[in-house]
Formats: sequence, structure tokens, C-alpha cells
Amino acid sequence: MTLFTDTFLIALIAGIVAAGVPLLFAGLGEQLSEKAGVLNVGIEGMMLGGAYLGFYVAWATESVGLGILGGIMGGMLVSSMMVIFCVRMGLNQIVIGIALTLGAEGATALLHHVKFSRLYPRLPDVTTWRIPFLADIPIIGSALFDREPLVYLAIALVPILFYIYHRTHFGLALQAAGDKPAALDSAGQNVLAIRSYAVLGCGALVGLGGAFMSIVGAGVFVPFMTHGNGFMGIVLAMLARGRPLWVLFGAVLFGTCLSAATALQVAGVDIPTDIVQMLPFAAVMLVLLIAGRNAKLPAALGASYVRGER
Amino acid sequence: MLDAQARHTPNQPTTDVPPVITLEGVTKRYPGIIANDSIDMEIRAGEVHVLLGENGAGKSTLVSMLSGLQQPDDGHILIDGIEQAISSPATALDIGISTVFQHSMLVPSLTLVENATLGRTWWRKPDRDGTAKEMNAAAQRIGVTLDPMSVTEDLSLGERQQAEITRALMRGARLLILDEATAMLTPNDAARLGELMRRLAAEGMAVVFITHKLNEAVAYGDRITVLRLGKKVGGLTPDALHGLAPEDATAQVVRLMFDAQDTGDEKTSPPQIDTIDRTVKPRLEVLALYDESGRVPLSNIEFKVWPGEVFGIAGIDGNGQKQLAKTLAGQTKISDGRIVMDGDFIDQKSIGQRRACGLRYVTDDRMGEGTVGTFPMSINLLLKEIGKVPYWQRGLENTAAIKENAMTKVKDFDIRTPSIDTPIAKLSGGNIQKVLLARELSDDVRAVIFEKPTYGLDLANIAATQTRIRETAQNGAAVLLISTELDELLSLSHRIAVMDQGRIVGIVENTNGARHKIGALMSGAEK
Amino acid sequence: MNTGTMTEAKVTKDIQQKFKALSRVFMMSLGPVVAAFILSGMILMLLKVNPFSYYGYVFGRGLMSPTGVQATLTRMGPLLLIAAALIVAFRAGIWNLGGDAQFLIGAVFCAAITPLLAPHMPVWCGLLIGMVVSAAFGAIWALVPAFLRAYQGVNEIITTLMMNFLGISFASVLVKLAFLDPSTTVPQTRTLPVDARLPSLFGTTISSGLIVGLVAIILVHYMMTRTAFGLRLRVVGGNASAAIHAGLSVPLLTVAVFAISGGLAGLSGGVAILGQYGNVRADWNPGYSLAVVPLVFLARFNGFASIGFVGLFSVLSIGAESAARRTGVPNYFTLVTVAILLVMLAISEYYGAKRQKAGA
Repeated sequence: MTLFTDTFLIALIAGIVAAGVPLLFAGLGEQLSEKAGVLNVGIEGMMLGGAYLGFYVAWATESVGLGILGGIMGGMLVSSMMVIFCVRMGLNQIVIGIALTLGAEGATALLHHVKFSRLYPRLPDVTTWRIPFLADIPIIGSALFDREPLVYLAIALVPILFYIYHRTHFGLALQAAGDKPAALDSAGQNVLAIRSYAVLGCGALVGLGGAFMSIVGAGVFVPFMTHGNGFMGIVLAMLARGRPLWVLFGAVLFGTCLSAATALQVAGVDIPTDIVQMLPFAAVMLVLLIAGRNAKLPAALGASYVRGER
Repeated sequence: MLDAQARHTPNQPTTDVPPVITLEGVTKRYPGIIANDSIDMEIRAGEVHVLLGENGAGKSTLVSMLSGLQQPDDGHILIDGIEQAISSPATALDIGISTVFQHSMLVPSLTLVENATLGRTWWRKPDRDGTAKEMNAAAQRIGVTLDPMSVTEDLSLGERQQAEITRALMRGARLLILDEATAMLTPNDAARLGELMRRLAAEGMAVVFITHKLNEAVAYGDRITVLRLGKKVGGLTPDALHGLAPEDATAQVVRLMFDAQDTGDEKTSPPQIDTIDRTVKPRLEVLALYDESGRVPLSNIEFKVWPGEVFGIAGIDGNGQKQLAKTLAGQTKISDGRIVMDGDFIDQKSIGQRRACGLRYVTDDRMGEGTVGTFPMSINLLLKEIGKVPYWQRGLENTAAIKENAMTKVKDFDIRTPSIDTPIAKLSGGNIQKVLLARELSDDVRAVIFEKPTYGLDLANIAATQTRIRETAQNGAAVLLISTELDELLSLSHRIAVMDQGRIVGIVENTNGARHKIGALMSGAEK
Repeated sequence: MNTGTMTEAKVTKDIQQKFKALSRVFMMSLGPVVAAFILSGMILMLLKVNPFSYYGYVFGRGLMSPTGVQATLTRMGPLLLIAAALIVAFRAGIWNLGGDAQFLIGAVFCAAITPLLAPHMPVWCGLLIGMVVSAAFGAIWALVPAFLRAYQGVNEIITTLMMNFLGISFASVLVKLAFLDPSTTVPQTRTLPVDARLPSLFGTTISSGLIVGLVAIILVHYMMTRTAFGLRLRVVGGNASAAIHAGLSVPLLTVAVFAISGGLAGLSGGVAILGQYGNVRADWNPGYSLAVVPLVFLARFNGFASIGFVGLFSVLSIGAESAARRTGVPNYFTLVTVAILLVMLAISEYYGAKRQKAGA
């Protein structure tokens, strides 16, 4: 096969990382929130919040590190609305989620317009961390092991979250908050607090994904730049059902398809991007149609918790 | 209840130490009602304190205040003689109050050990092995066996309750509250729980046992407090309780609960068996019925019910009764066998077709499947008739007819509702049941399945419902009465079948000695 | 239920209660709107824009100027159809979040077929076929999540979202590969000639798509509130177990809901093509569905209230385009306004429920 040249593979792998990392952050964030029983439809907005604030801080301070912190803050800022309206006040999670997405889309575009008008300043390239020896492996070395720290963080989050879910009391509390909040309450734990932390944590993770897109990926903020990545994160989280490793697999699969088109063009094959982009969704729908069984979600997902109501 | 449990030997609680909990004038109001009206109570270590009362008497409200879920509007709660607010479940646990609720408060997807560690330091690793050892030790102390590593959702309700009590012990509880703990248990498990309560009291623990069953109260309690309509109407001290014979104690409590209206007097004699004409064709026949779809598979169910007959089905809850009702009504498909009504096979017919044949099903899951809570009561009355003339004309709603139907039913069935447009979820349990009865027992009724028809109702509504059942049979319908209350079955049925693990293990004529025979069948002695 | 003798005190009490109820309705629906405008105005002031002149431009263009009103009313047509699609689904308890793809698929097939038919048949016939085709393909696109939900119990939020991504890409593929107009270099479908499009109303430029939209949403409103079929759907949405118990075929009704909802969304795409655009360009996605979801919620799934909110949204979005040119506030600001409106509504609902619980 002449298709699989080195340039093609390097472009493909680099593309998978670029497309997959935001999805991984989004999926892991949504998973955290859903585990605690909060269906967070607003992560598209949280991602945009992270993308804008991350970019702005990085541009204003000329520091990538501070920019990433800004991304976390941006995501958490939007998710704090979710905490107030859905967790604390118990309002409909889907409605508020959509409102937050629309609001964040408008607000970030507006802020960008106010600050930069029609200019799109670029950030300098982010320095990469070269992992000795591994980075020297041909083809995959430079694409995987000579990357921005945020990439390593995204991948490291998978085992970290697995550990939290299964090996800490917090993980048990999260599961209880999603499965039977009343049991957690009667065990003397504050359900609303745990759900709030989960949603804020979700905002932080998703905000990181947004910051990755604007600071590392594009180097520039463009209104509406997250392009449905947040919604894809929801899909990933729902399919992975509480297992971080599955989110990673999903992000790689989706990332492959999203980047394959570009890589193919590099290799001189002209297939419309749309067809390749359809592949992951078509594949998942096919699997659901053939193997379709109940997607087991936390029992209290989407329901707000009010003490004393059964 | 089967047989009255053997009475225990009384402990001798010392009265010089202050009570673990003292309630002084505790009051809780909800919109429109006073749930607890100035309640005074003392809960002492080493005693089983029974809180007795009907539904709506205010027992649950009192429990939720003791466990920190609700706060009193007035009055004081003293702990060890010192006033202290129980401001949250966490505070309650700190004080040493553990509550076992009627509906299990364990997370189904976690193991028992994990459930026991809920609420410990967040970032720590759960010490599963250590906790399991602790749990086993605690279980052993109170004579309970359990596997700490098993996942909660695989366990029976009785096992879950034992695990919850064990967990309470591990937390160092001084006061254990059991909220309607026996309501969902098999008679054997309930008896075991009673023994457990006695053992805990003997260890010096204070136990509050909430129930509406008199025999349990007298059998396990040291002290009884009776609540009625939110007020404490009296009680029995340990001396009084232990000094009286069980029958006298029961009689005294009944007087307190129902204000001299002794329900025992109204007890009607069981129906005459020979009034049923068995020479005619049976109304409902079930032939070698199998159904493997449910949690408890039905196997080889066979019985016949004649017009005018009440055919009771006894058995411990969860032995396939619900499954049987659903298959007969058409909500689940049968695997094998036949269902015959008036000589026609109906097992391949849909739910609606069976209803049109005159088969009715009064479900026990009134809010879960019987009604749509947010819909007006008038629409819920017609939930099974949607699209039918005259309520709908060519698919369009006929508001006048719907309203008229609702008004008639309100009158005929004495449904107490603010208006026919009130969402049904806002009605009381008794009135919701009346709506269901009104829906199922009108027009051409030929056979009716009553599933636990009096479950969760207060006495007045129990009596009204039982009268309806009797009338339904007298009007010539075949009645299938599924119940876990043996007394109810004995007072209403002509014959009673006993179900165990999806099978009918015997059918008994309701004559003298039926109670004993059924008891033997249920405990598996006669097979 | 006893009707005693009406004393005067009772009459006044009745009037008081009626007044209370009326003022509550007013507070619950208009209160949030007013609050949202005040909050958005404060944001405008932060941007150093005079809110009065901004909203002056918005309403001046969207509501007062002849061309603006016509643009507003024309835009309402497809939006009302989307709203009708969402009302059916949401009232039946189904979260159809895939309206954008259903819209696009309907639009693409309509744009592919009608220009080919137009020369060979009377205009009305071509339009009718175009509408039927768009509704049919919109419905077909909704059937996959429908069957998964009805027979496999797969959560429709995931499946409709996935079908949304799939459909948006698929629509692009169709435009670029299958239905490409050979006579231009721009990737777009053949264009429906203006005289074969939906007629405009009374000599204005308002598309009669508005009529289609109004008829659809009013029909849907009556279907859901007054007919036996609508009641069956609402029973499924209110309590699926009760629907089974009452002998309703929940899977069939679920499929029907998806088909109707998808069909109306598809029809919306068709009306947009037949009334306004005439063709579909590659990568065109106006994203109406996500924008209408909040409006339908604001209207509490009531058809007539939806007409009002869709109208308001159309005014805002048409007016914002002109206000953007004059005041320099980009038209994204409409999104912020809608989001604030939605949050205000949710809060008013919250306090309404709380007050109801507290007594009276």
C-alpha cells in the first residue's frame, strides 16, 4: 500500500491527538458529572468558556501556563451556573444546559468582538515536552512523545479518574449521588455538595479541553470554535457508561475519523471530509442497532435531589 | 401475620439515667396539616419503644425529625437530657442515631462494604477487607450472617435490612430507628427482625420500632406510644404492657388508635362456600400457565374461578403474584398455557381486548402504573378508555361527557377531591384507590383482579374497599384477590390458593381450619 | 363540591383569587421577559452601548420597518414548524435533540427533487410534492432513534445527538456528491426558480411558509390538547408504565412521535427551501432547532405561546443584524438575550413552584 507512507501516518497520528484530546477532556468531564447524577448538556458552552478565557489569559500574560489555568477557570465559571441553577435550585438540567451553551456561544463571541474586534491574534507555538527514548521511535515517536504537556495530562487523567472512581471514598460517594442520592444523604454526606464538586470538576476538565483547542491546537480563538465537540463528549460519556478507559477508546476512534480526512488529503487522496466524519457516528449507530441494549445510566441521572422527596 | 410470636421476657430498664432522647412539645406543620402536634416522648436505652399509628398519623414525620431530615417548627429535642438540634443526617449519626427506612437506604450498585464506608474521608482508599471484618464481627454480635462483599442489588429486602442494622451497629449507634421495617418482609424475616430487636435492647441499645401492626407492637415492644392524626393519644408503659395479657394489651391499644371504635366487631363472617354454583361454566380458567419473563418465573399455574366467587391468592410478597396478575391482564406475554374466559381463549388478546371482554385489573402500584400523577383526576378515570365514545367523538375530546363521567364517579364512589381537574397525585392514597376502583368496576364487569387492594390504606378505606370487593362478587363477577394479609383473604374469599416461588402449592377451601392449612402451605410444611 | 349560598364575601374572595391567578400568569410569563431585557440592557451598558438605542434599532428594524417585518414573518415559518416538531416530542416525553439534521435532510431532498419537477407540472403540484418529500425524509431520519428507543430502550438523547452529527455531514455529502448543480462551480443543489416557489402573501415579500408554520403549530397544539391521539402521547410522556397498564402500545406510539416530530422538522427544511432559499449550499446549517428548544420551553410547550416567542426571537434576530451595523454590537448578542431569558424563566418557575408548595 502506497497510502501508508510515513508522512501520512505522522499526519494521521498528530491529527488524532489534536482532534482526540479535546474530546477526551470533554468526555471525561461529562462522565464525572453524569456519575454524580447531573446530565450536563451545557458542556459545549463550558468548552467555549475555557477556550476563550484560556486564550485571552495566555495572550494577555504571554504565559501558556496561566492561559491553561484561565481555561480551567473559564470552564468552571460556566459550570458554576449549572451548579447554582440545576444542583442547588433543582431546575431542569436539559433546559439550563442548552441555555448555557447558547449563552456561552453568544458571550464568548461577544467578548472576543469587544476585545479584538475583527482581529485574530495568534499565540506562539506551545513548547513540547520530549520524552527521552520514546520520542526517538520512528513515526509514532514525534507524534506521540514529543507533545505539549496538556496532551500528557489528558492521557494521565484516564488512570487518575479510574483510581478516584474505584479506590477512594469520593468515588463511592459520586456513584451513590448518581444512583441513590437519598442513601448518601442518610449516610450523613451532603449530596448537593458532592454533585456541585462533580459539576465544577466537569467544568474544569471540559474547560481544559477548550483551552487545548484555542491555545495548543489552533493558537487562536474563533467564535463557535468548539464545533460540537462538547456534544460529542456527551455521546462519548453516555456510551462509555462510567468507564474512563472507554472514553479514551472513543476519543481515539472519533479523533481518527475526524483527522483521517486531512491526513488523506496530505497523502493526495481526495475524499470529502464529511464522509470520513460520518464514520464514527455511523459505526456507533450500527453497533447500537445490532447489539442494542439498554444503555445503563445512573438511576438518578437528570433528577434533582430534594431531601425528603422520594 | 401467621402465628402470634412468643412474647419476650421483659428487660428491666433503669429509670434513673436520663432518656437517650426526650421530645418536648415537638410540632411540625405542613401546608394544610399539622403532621406532629406537640408530641412528648421519652426514648430510653435498653427498651424497644413502639410507635404505633395508622397511615397519616405522623409517624414518618417524627422519624424524619429524629434522623435529621426535617426540623421541628416548635418544641425541643433533648439528647441525654441536654437540648440539641438534630440539624442534618450527619448530626444524627454523630449523636448515635441510625435509621433503617422502609425502603432500603443502601446504594444498589455498591457492595455492602462500600455502603458501610460511605461518608468516610474522601481521598482515602476504602479499606474493604478491614471493613468487611468489622462488619462480620458486628453481624456476629447480633446473630446475623451476611456476605459483606456481595452487591446490594443481588440481596433480598430482608438481607438488606439486616445489613443496614449491622451498619448502624458499626457506626456505634445508641439509638436504632426501624421505620415500618417489617412491612416488606416475609413473616419469617419479620419474626427474625423481632428477635433481633430484643437482642439489641438487651445489649442496652435504644430501639424505636415504627409499625401499624398491633401484634408486632405487643410482641416486641417494651413501651408503646400511639399516634393519631398527628397527636400522641396515649400509650402503654413497660409495667402496663408487661402486666397485661397480649389480648388485653391489644384491646387497649386498639381503643387508643381508633377511639373506642373497635374494628374487630365489624368482622363479617367468611362468605358461604356453597352459594357458588360450580356446575356452570367457570368464568375464568387458567390452564398450565408458564411465564419465564419475570424475576420469579411462573410455572404450571392452574385454577378456575366461577361467577360470584372470590378466589384468594395468598403468599409472601414477591412469589410471582404480581407476575400472575400482569400475565392475566395481558401486560406480559405468557410462555405457555392458556387463559380462558367464558369459554373463549383470551391469552392471545391485547390488554384492551381483554378489558373489552370484561376483565379488569386493579393494580397495587397506584402511582407507578395505575395513574399519571400530573393528569387531572377526571382523565385518570378514563385512562383505559381513551378514544372511546362518548368521551371522544371521532378522536376529539368531548369535555362535557368527560366531566359528567367524573361527577358521577365522584358521587358513586365517594371520591373526595377539591375538583375533578385536580391532578390525581394531589389526592390522598385512599382517594386514589377509589379512582382506580371507579375506573375498573364500572360497566360490564365479568372478572376482576384485585392486587393487594388495601395495601397502605387507612382503616376506613380498607373497609370501603373490602365492601366493594364483596359487592363485585355478589354482582356475579369472578374475583381474583391477591393479598398478603391473611385476615383479609379469610374474610373475603371462598377458596384460597397459596403461591410460593411462582407455583401454586395448594388450594384451600375457606372453612374452619383454613388459617392453619394456609400457614402450613406457606411455611412449606405441606407440599 | 357543595355549592352553598354565595355570600358577598365569597364573591369578593373569588374575584381576588382570579386576580391573583391572573397576576401570577402575568408574572410567570412576562416577568422573566422583562427581567431578561433589563439584564441584557445592563450588559449593553457594560459594552458602552445605550440599551434604548440598541433595542430601538432592533425593534425599529424587526417590527416597525416594512421590509424588516416581512423578513421577520418569513423567518417565522420554518421556526414555527420546528417548534411544532419539538412540542410533539417534548410533550410525549421524548428528547428529540436531532432536529437540525432532520431539518437539513428534509431540505436537501426537497431541493434535489423540486427543481427537476418544476418544469413538468403545475406549481402547486410541485410544491406539494416538495413538502411531502421533505417531511418524509425528515421522518425517516428520525426513525433510527425511534426504533432504538421503542424496541431496545436506548436513550434517545445520545442517539438523536449522534444522528444529528451524522445527518449534518450526510446532507453536505449529498449536496457535494449526489445533488450537485452541474451548471455552477459553487457546491450547491439546483435552484428552484422563483416563480415555482411558495407564493408570497398579499403582494408583500412574506413567504406563505408562514401560513404553513402557523397552521402546523395550531394543529399540533390541538392535537396534543384535545384529541385522543394526543392524550395517548401525553400518557406515554407522563408515565410510560401507566401507558402499558392502560393497554397503549408504547413502542408504536413512540415511533409515531418520532415520525411526526422528524416529519415536521423535515417539512420545516422543505418550507425554508420552497419559500426562501430555493437551493441548499454545501455546509449550510442555520441551526434552528437548538435555538427553538429554549423558545418552546419558554412557552411551556403551549402552541400559541410558542408563536409569540418564535415571533419575538425572529424580531430579535432580524433586528440584531441591523443593530449590529449601527451600534457595533455583533448579532451574537441575541443568543445571550435568549439564554438570559431562559434562565429567568427557569428561576420564575422555581419560585412559582416554591410558592405553590408553601401554601394557598
